[in-house]
Amino acid sequence: MSKCRIPLGPFHPLLEEAEFFDIKVEGEKVVDIEMETGWMHRGHEKISETRSYTQSIFLVERICGICSTSHPFAATHAMEDIDNVEIPERAQYIRIFIGEMERIHSHLLWLGLAGHFIGYDTLWMWTWKYREPVLQIFEKVSGNRNHYAMFRVGGVSRDFDNALIPEIHPVLDMLEKKMLMIAGAAKDDPVLRSRLKGVGVLTKEDAINYCANGPTARASGVDIDVRRDDGLEYNLINFDVIVLPNGDVYDKLVLRVLEIIESVKIARQCLDAFPKIGGDYLNKVKHISPGEGIGRYEAPRGEVFHYIRSDGSNRPLRHKIRAPSFSNIPTYKASCLGIPLADALITLAAVDPCYCCTERSIRVVDKNNKKLEHNLLTMSREKTANIKKAVAGSEKTPIDRIFED
Amino acid sequence: MAFYNKIIKKSIWVFHVSASPCNNCDIEILDLITPGYDIERFGIKLVGSVRHADVLLVTGIVSYKVAPRIKQLYEQAAKPIFVIGIGTCTAGGATFKTSYNKAGVPLEKVIPVNAYVTGCPPKPEAMIDGVLKLLGTLK
Repeated sequence: MSKCRIPLGPFHPLLEEAEFFDIKVEGEKVVDIEMETGWMHRGHEKISETRSYTQSIFLVERICGICSTSHPFAATHAMEDIDNVEIPERAQYIRIFIGEMERIHSHLLWLGLAGHFIGYDTLWMWTWKYREPVLQIFEKVSGNRNHYAMFRVGGVSRDFDNALIPEIHPVLDMLEKKMLMIAGAAKDDPVLRSRLKGVGVLTKEDAINYCANGPTARASGVDIDVRRDDGLEYNLINFDVIVLPNGDVYDKLVLRVLEIIESVKIARQCLDAFPKIGGDYLNKVKHISPGEGIGRYEAPRGEVFHYIRSDGSNRPLRHKIRAPSFSNIPTYKASCLGIPLADALITLAAVDPCYCCTERSIRVVDKNNKKLEHNLLTMSREKTANIKKAVAGSEKTPIDRIFED
Repeated sequence: MAFYNKIIKKSIWVFHVSASPCNNCDIEILDLITPGYDIERFGIKLVGSVRHADVLLVTGIVSYKVAPRIKQLYEQAAKPIFVIGIGTCTAGGATFKTSYNKAGVPLEKVIPVNAYVTGCPPKPEAMIDGVLKLLGTLK
């Protein structure tokens, strides 16, 4: 049978972001998939080098509007890692609360879009209706529906108002009830079962080989969660990591529903703790000493990683960002091949890809001979060597030690 | 033209173009058509093709890779078409003011613009207000 090429994007009604997929089909069956990224590149890492540490936090918040707490969470961890800054206990609870509320809103958003992609708009309208009160809580707590600007090095930028607790509890109760309803619907609804069960299977081996993380890996039976593995703030909280075995889209949907219920439980623990724990919410950090630090956080989509190198000035010398979708997107190669085209679209959406998070670099190509204008790898190595020379005190860094081993 | 303006006010169809944003304005635009705000009660509807659209909602700083595609989209749209830049990014670049990959800050460097709704992100109420104010200017 002859192959046919189906271009999808960059401006396609299915895709919320500009993205290009080149899908090759034989009849109905997908035989090959290529993707082209780079439409969303804005140069965060470079801008961050020109901003002070506090300004950097606002910048990384705007990497992605959906997980706009995860990036500052990881970035502040990286900045605090340099000097081992202690964070007040109240600030830790506020951070967890904001992080978990964001997980709830992000997963609800995905549930709705997944419903839209399989032509089940009722699910979309319902889940986004339940998402609205969550955004209103954010507005009450931080002043903005998205982009909360809650993070500072050494704590949070504003205190949590304890008077809001009675307003938030009913919303959490409502969310738990409705999520149990959606979990029940996923179990009984013939539409959801027939469209999602056994579709786009990502096996455990493939998930490990492609370095998948977050819900994508957990739905394939890989027990990985930075919140539990790294601890830090989350040592204060009791919660379960949900792992499901099958790796199909249905499991990814159920996993996200169960994670929302788990997040509701975590948020309740924070609300119970707020009246008991008073005191300061910000441990003011005036200077960050030379060195390097890393920070990780479990974003709604997986592990966010930030690396910051400081030379003792008020700006980062190097700020490296890796978003979860960077390792989740290549799993398309494993899960999309061999399935019908109609199922490929929901499989593409099932990893909850965020291209805004992912696109950290561009290639500069000469128009005529299609060759790289500069050898970026060589330039990068030269820059690293120069930085090494420039940084005060040429002691061995953790990265050097890894390379020696 | 006066007849067209009279008709278009009854029901405008909008097409959403995301040109290197941070996704935030985009999810707020999608929020508009869900039960929380439900702009279909004003006759405003999100459509899947630019050829059906009366208004383009553009978000983000337009990167060099996206800029030619945005121009192409604008040319494909049936005229007259109104363009609204959503978010501070389209008007002034916001936090990406110093980015090296911005082709469209402000957006009228790339395509003609009728109105801007600023904010990071603008509240859904502000977006509805922006669209309705633009319609109010039509004679």
